[in-house]
Amino acid sequence: MAEVLITLVKIIVIVFVFVLGVAGSMTLLGDRKQSARIQNRVGPNQAKFFGFSLLGFPHFIADGIKLVLKENIVPAQANKFLHTIAPALVFIPALIGWSVIPFMDHYCTGTVMTLPEHGYTEVCVDGEWKNYFSIMHMNSGVLFAFAIAAISVYGAAIAGWASNSKFSLLGGLRSSAQMISYEVAMGLSLAGALLIYGTLNINEMVRMQGNLLGDWLPMWGIVIQPLAFFLFLLAGLAETKRAPFDLPEGESEIVAGYLTEYTSMKFAMMQLAEYAATVFIAALVAVVFLGGWQMPWVYADGIRIFGNHWTPFGEEVWYYISIVLRIGAITFKILFLVWLQFMMRWTLPRFRYDQVMTLGWKILLPLSIANLFITAVIVTILA
Amino acid sequence: MGEVKTKPVERAEQGLWEKSYIPEILRGLSVTAGHFFRNISPRKSQRRIFTKNYPEEPTVYPERYRGLHRLMLRDDGQVRCVACMCCSTICPADCIHIEAGEHDDPSIEKYPAVFVIDELRCIVCGLCVEACPCDAIRMDSGRHIPPYTERNEAFFDRDLLMELGGLSQAKQGGDRTPAAAE
Repeated sequence: MAEVLITLVKIIVIVFVFVLGVAGSMTLLGDRKQSARIQNRVGPNQAKFFGFSLLGFPHFIADGIKLVLKENIVPAQANKFLHTIAPALVFIPALIGWSVIPFMDHYCTGTVMTLPEHGYTEVCVDGEWKNYFSIMHMNSGVLFAFAIAAISVYGAAIAGWASNSKFSLLGGLRSSAQMISYEVAMGLSLAGALLIYGTLNINEMVRMQGNLLGDWLPMWGIVIQPLAFFLFLLAGLAETKRAPFDLPEGESEIVAGYLTEYTSMKFAMMQLAEYAATVFIAALVAVVFLGGWQMPWVYADGIRIFGNHWTPFGEEVWYYISIVLRIGAITFKILFLVWLQFMMRWTLPRFRYDQVMTLGWKILLPLSIANLFITAVIVTILA
Repeated sequence: MGEVKTKPVERAEQGLWEKSYIPEILRGLSVTAGHFFRNISPRKSQRRIFTKNYPEEPTVYPERYRGLHRLMLRDDGQVRCVACMCCSTICPADCIHIEAGEHDDPSIEKYPAVFVIDELRCIVCGLCVEACPCDAIRMDSGRHIPPYTERNEAFFDRDLLMELGGLSQAKQGGDRTPAAAE
């Protein structure tokens, strides 16, 4: 019973508070306020609570109320059933993937020891690991995350087909072609990292990134796989269908792509799913390449750098401090990557569609295969 | 068929540096990030936001901005206008309506019993101010015509226009001595 309750609490905190909170506030802060500041504007500030514009948050609530109150329109010739479930098919996969993202190492009921001679692995002495900080402990976490992320292509394609509109159909085709193309480059760029880590368990991968090269350089994924990091980030950007890869909803050509025939909360769900996917890609990059919950030189039993080791505030207090620091670290990394993706949107112009395909198949794919090959050779030699 | 005139334009060659995109993307990001961080800096003087929060922060109009009309006053607070009809005659939009009345003071002759400016028709040309022989009408109030919900709210009558008015520096009636004429 307690297990179930803990899982429920984890689901609510991670999915509903963190993901939807970040995704929701990104719609406002990222897309409106951030873009406004980049373009030397102030952004929305006219909706107010008691005379305070509060960074524009009342606009967020006003938008929500407006979208709920809008009329729900289904086009006359549309397939009503598919048209209705398509937003859910986009929205649900964007949230399910979060079940394998660890926000912190497992909680140790005993004392944690860090072994610098064994690649700074942390072991739990006189106790056991309790999974309190990720919804699900899964040995094939990466595979699961990718499988779920790939499912959302069905939602976009079905939304495009079921709307019975030329623009929607074109948008759906474009989005499915684009997502499937970049899925390949994404998976292959990750394969090199998987070869080095030798595990599909995301929490294990993050633990391995706690290693310090020469006792000072954190062995994060970006250090051991720098090319794969860029490839993965680029493919991830394309995967979320946001600018500069927002061809599926290129306003100047096909109105709004597969979103054309959607109104009210169905439209809002599609949009929110897009933002949630952005946050999810940010989390995947953070976990695989930026050390996840690892904070440089901060370990559960103290701070370690250049072979030195000291434990401020005593061991037990430091353990709780380190938990807070590490949760803060992954949150910061995710928020930073989301911020970076939004910066990309306001920096780069949209690609032409054939350029998107060229980039995916002729540049990213060969580069990721080359990266995988070289990594495999090096791993074989060193092993 | 005539020949189509063409002008070949030299294309800037892309080196490997540009073609690898990443350094150029980083350069672009540094521009946008520079704008972003400058515009969220706590020191407001550092920001380069050019949005004017108009209703909250009043706009500064230039000195010679032609705004809402106003009727100037005599020293005793009466309307300065003598109902000579110059302004309503010259008005190209025909927006000034004056009905003259006989003034009690025999030295003044006339005064405007009714003086209505239809600000909806006014084209803000300023000719009425040029035409006025006794500095009675001015457009230097520094305000624009306020928004209205009813059409007749845009009809500004004499008393409303006088509320904005002030004393004129010009001497009423002018000095007609030969010394002043020289």
